[in-house]
Amino acid sequence: MLSIKNLHATVEGEDILRGINLDIGPGEVHAIMGPNGSGKSTLGHVLTGREGYEVTAGEVTFMGQDLLALAPEERALAGLLLAFQYPVEIPGVSNMEFLKTAVDGMRKYRKLEAMDSVSFMKLAREVCKRVDLDQNFLKRGVNEGFSGGEKKRNELMQMMLLEPHLAILDETDSGLDIDALQVVAAGINSMRDGKRSFVLITHYQRLLNFIEPDHVHVLGGGRIVRSGDKSLALELEDKGYGWLESEAV
Amino acid sequence: MSDFIAEALQKLPTETPGWLSEQRRRGRSSWKSSTMPTRKTEDWKYTRLRALEEGAYLGWAERQDPTSPALTALRDQVHISGLDARMLVFVNGFYSPELSSPTAMDGMDIVHFSEADETQVETIRTHLGTAANRDKYMFTALNDSWLDDGVFVHVKQDSKVITPLHIVWLTVPQREAFSLSQRLLVVMEPGSEATVVEHFASDGAQQNSFTNGVTELVLGANARLCHYRLHLEEEHALHIGGVHARLDRDARLNSFHLGLGSILKRLDVVVRHEGNGAHCDLNGIYLPRHSQNIDYHTCIEHARPHCTTKEVFRGVISDNARAVFNGRIHIHPDAQKTVAELSNKNLLTSNKAEIDTKPELEIYADDVKCTHGATVAQLDDYALYYLCSRGIAREHAQVMLSTGFINELINNLQHPTLGEYLKPVLSDMFVQQVTQRERTE
Repeated sequence: MLSIKNLHATVEGEDILRGINLDIGPGEVHAIMGPNGSGKSTLGHVLTGREGYEVTAGEVTFMGQDLLALAPEERALAGLLLAFQYPVEIPGVSNMEFLKTAVDGMRKYRKLEAMDSVSFMKLAREVCKRVDLDQNFLKRGVNEGFSGGEKKRNELMQMMLLEPHLAILDETDSGLDIDALQVVAAGINSMRDGKRSFVLITHYQRLLNFIEPDHVHVLGGGRIVRSGDKSLALELEDKGYGWLESEAV
Repeated sequence: MSDFIAEALQKLPTETPGWLSEQRRRGRSSWKSSTMPTRKTEDWKYTRLRALEEGAYLGWAERQDPTSPALTALRDQVHISGLDARMLVFVNGFYSPELSSPTAMDGMDIVHFSEADETQVETIRTHLGTAANRDKYMFTALNDSWLDDGVFVHVKQDSKVITPLHIVWLTVPQREAFSLSQRLLVVMEPGSEATVVEHFASDGAQQNSFTNGVTELVLGANARLCHYRLHLEEEHALHIGGVHARLDRDARLNSFHLGLGSILKRLDVVVRHEGNGAHCDLNGIYLPRHSQNIDYHTCIEHARPHCTTKEVFRGVISDNARAVFNGRIHIHPDAQKTVAELSNKNLLTSNKAEIDTKPELEIYADDVKCTHGATVAQLDDYALYYLCSRGIAREHAQVMLSTGFINELINNLQHPTLGEYLKPVLSDMFVQQVTQRERTE
């Protein structure tokens, strides 16, 4: 589904990614862990095509397409979704309008029949319930005045409505209390259908108790310094990152 | 170059009731002694009157055939469904009964100056010119000097008029460029309530009119007026005018302004708090694009204690357009316990767009609370990226952010149906703009 080969990227002239290699197959769940500043979030933004995140070498293929040649909106339509670590507040644009515009675009791209407002409203309300968000959040400005946890649930809601082939969840678990974490995890698990793939960027093993990853990768200094199965996450929880970094050098 | 002053003096209104002649004479003498503003005239520093001087707006407005298909279509376009308003339509300044729907309203009299009875004339004479200061605003002097008729709205004491009054000023092009003088006087007796929507529009053809529209709002003690002034004309329609309000004790004015740009558009909005405890909400949106201009000068005079003002203006300036916002709040020595807030936020959607914004606080009382702020920003790249990352095309995302910027004001209108009317009009405008930009790129 996604194949990253020797990916190098700079942000504001600084080398952040220094040769990432990663293959993600259909239906797989990959966890990416690593200390602050190791390039985890940068990887997410490079894949979705954020301006200013410049790829200096390497290639990325997504569902048979050259991902790096596509504009951010084309990447999204192709089925890639990044749940932001810091979702943007957009006052004046209602969440409902935002979601409907996004879903309309996606359905058109997938050659599905357009949804009328009433059916969409119904769907949006159902999804709200699934992520345990009050329906009032649909009427409010996009993320406007949402708490951290509410923003994360709104990201999850977008994922559920847009049904991407690959979802990258950037620290979707950060700042959540245990109840919210379970809601988020259940939401992600409900989206697992054997075909859809996930990349979970996280600091904590905690999330992986609820969502079992197929692979765990540790990012350090812009490279994957260690890959393993879920036991690697437990080992990290136990020992921290220090031992890996010294190994990498 | 003061040709326009002399030319305007040559033009005399035709049929006029005699009792207006004094007003006209004063206007004329005030206009005569004025000089055309230059770059050094502070109030006009950023807005040039060249378009007015070069446009030779020498003709007078002429009566149009109201049954023409163009006007009938235009009438449907300006009709605000759901507002359930009493609608008065003027075409090039002439009242058109054919296009209007004047259902009678209890508690509110509406009459042309020329048809006013003796008592009404008395009330008009008492108030006309008391809010709009001809010596300070030269185009008010011009309006006075051209005064041949006007619309008088009188809301009776303690009357609560629920049905909004929707006054539509339409323009269509004439064979030669022409001038159009409009005057509206709203007198709210103590304890009365009403809604007045002033709506300026034109057909889509290239306009050749110069409109000088002066509105006076006189609010008696404890009166409440909800007022809108919408300028949605085609971009070649010139407009210089304004709204001048006086508020007596505990009166409340809610005034909302919306202006598309034009080759020349200048609005002065002046509110005087003349009685204790008066309150004013003044909000506005300006949206110039192409090479248009728009200039809003607002001035709030706090002459008495315990009055409050809340003012928010927002602008989205696109392409090569230029906007001017000047927000003055003047707190007189007597006006203790004043609370006044002024905010002006601007969004520039192109590198060539320009905004000149100037909040001005002048405070002579020591126990007041005043805040002001002005910001200028561009479309937020991170927000654009966020929208795009959900599959929304960049151009569409730009439209969403631009409309979002003004929706905060439109969503809070006292009459939500008006917001529903405006939203598609404005978002169509942004969509057009983006597609035009795409085409030229």
